[in-house]
Amino acid sequence: MKLEMKDSPGQLVAALKPISDAGGNIIAVIHQRDPGPDSDTLNVQIVLELPDDRRESLINGLKAQGVRIQRIGEERLLYTRTVIMIGHLMHTDLSDTVGQIDSTGFAEVSALSMCMPAINERSSSRITIKALSKTDMESALAILRRVSKQKSLLLIEPMEECT
Amino acid sequence: MKVALIGLGSVGRGVAEMIDKKHLGFTITGIADSKSGMIDAAGIDIGKVLAAKKATGRCGTTDIRADDVIARADYDTLIEVSPTNALTGEPASGYIRTALSRKKHVVTSNKGPVALQYQELRSLAAKNGVSLRYEATVAGAIPIMHTLEHGLAGNEILALYGVLNGTCNFILTRMADEGLTYDQALMEAREMGYAEADPTYDVQGIDAAIKLVILVNTIWGKKITLADIDRTGIDLLTAEALRLAEEEGSTIRLIAEASPKKNLFRVSPRIIEKTHPLVVEGTLNALTLETDMAKQITLIGRGAGSIETASAIIGDLLFIRDRYVQRA
Repeated sequence: MKLEMKDSPGQLVAALKPISDAGGNIIAVIHQRDPGPDSDTLNVQIVLELPDDRRESLINGLKAQGVRIQRIGEERLLYTRTVIMIGHLMHTDLSDTVGQIDSTGFAEVSALSMCMPAINERSSSRITIKALSKTDMESALAILRRVSKQKSLLLIEPMEECT
Repeated sequence: MKVALIGLGSVGRGVAEMIDKKHLGFTITGIADSKSGMIDAAGIDIGKVLAAKKATGRCGTTDIRADDVIARADYDTLIEVSPTNALTGEPASGYIRTALSRKKHVVTSNKGPVALQYQELRSLAAKNGVSLRYEATVAGAIPIMHTLEHGLAGNEILALYGVLNGTCNFILTRMADEGLTYDQALMEAREMGYAEADPTYDVQGIDAAIKLVILVNTIWGKKITLADIDRTGIDLLTAEALRLAEEEGSTIRLIAEASPKKNLFRVSPRIIEKTHPLVVEGTLNALTLETDMAKQITLIGRGAGSIETASAIIGDLLFIRDRYVQRA
């Protein structure tokens, strides 16, 4: 999620403790020193990861510290990975395969490209998955591994990002 | 240093030629192929033996066999390059045992014994105060074992990723570059001499998995076997899958991966960005090591070939000569 606030003295420092108390993970702090022509421009943005159910406690914590939040933007799903699946995808109920990811609540299929060369031949598909966190992505891939095994599909996973 | 050479296939011939040509101070005192052998404490004329092998298919006389050479010849180091048996390791394992028990050093390119009986052979070597070296078993000419042992000494190896089978990498390169189907690319690999008549061992990832077993047991002192590797081959890949990967600036390669912290030992086709250092062309091999101090190190080179594999064996021989034999 993205947190935007006014750049008044002490605001940024005051925001840090509530974020850490709520279990948030700060990804970036974007500090605009030059506010531009519109004097009301928001000039500090904090991009952070936060479990869904901690949102309220973070907002309360920030208020208690006297931080004035201008806007909270939510980019729910942060992690994107692409896999390829090969096999009888339609005959093995593709919508069920996709549904098993979408129904998790922490990951979803955001794009799907398919090639079906001929009837009765194996089809190939590229599936893009978005998830809330790296751990959630791992869980989503584990679901796909299990489903692929059950349905005799070949799952091609991406290489991990370098650590 | 006196050496005995067991096996005169492509690797054995390469080793013999290089020993002859490079004047490294090695004397071959015993030699054997699958049908014949020769023992000569004064040193065997390599040129003559190779010519005889070419003409008759035998390197010596049929009354002398590999077992005789290993048990009786006077040598410091056994070069064991007979064909690999991935299921039992024999007869190579037996050859290596005999040599180590005679307090002879062993250099091998044979994956079977090292993948199957590593712990046993290593303790036997240690007990007899000799060295067992096997640089040539993994990734051909790439000096992975020397790199681990010396260049990266003191580093903790956190994980490794590798392209360890040239046949698979060739097939996948051709599928990606030319839009060939798996069957077409396999046929081309056969014509080029990169794939066997029965390609199972390569395309189902067995060869890569055996090499991964050797690396894991060497690096982390584990006792894993082929059965512990989560293995998927490339034989079910489609041309469309390669194209779908291509559309996103990626490709598909057979990747061997080990991460003991995650308890992950896997050989499987993976989507990989084309700019990734492990994306190498044709029959090349590549290995990325992730370490605590050096961070990522990638080695790329030829994974097979007569002289290329001889390079790894000669490196092991010189190491043994410098460390043990010359001093004595």
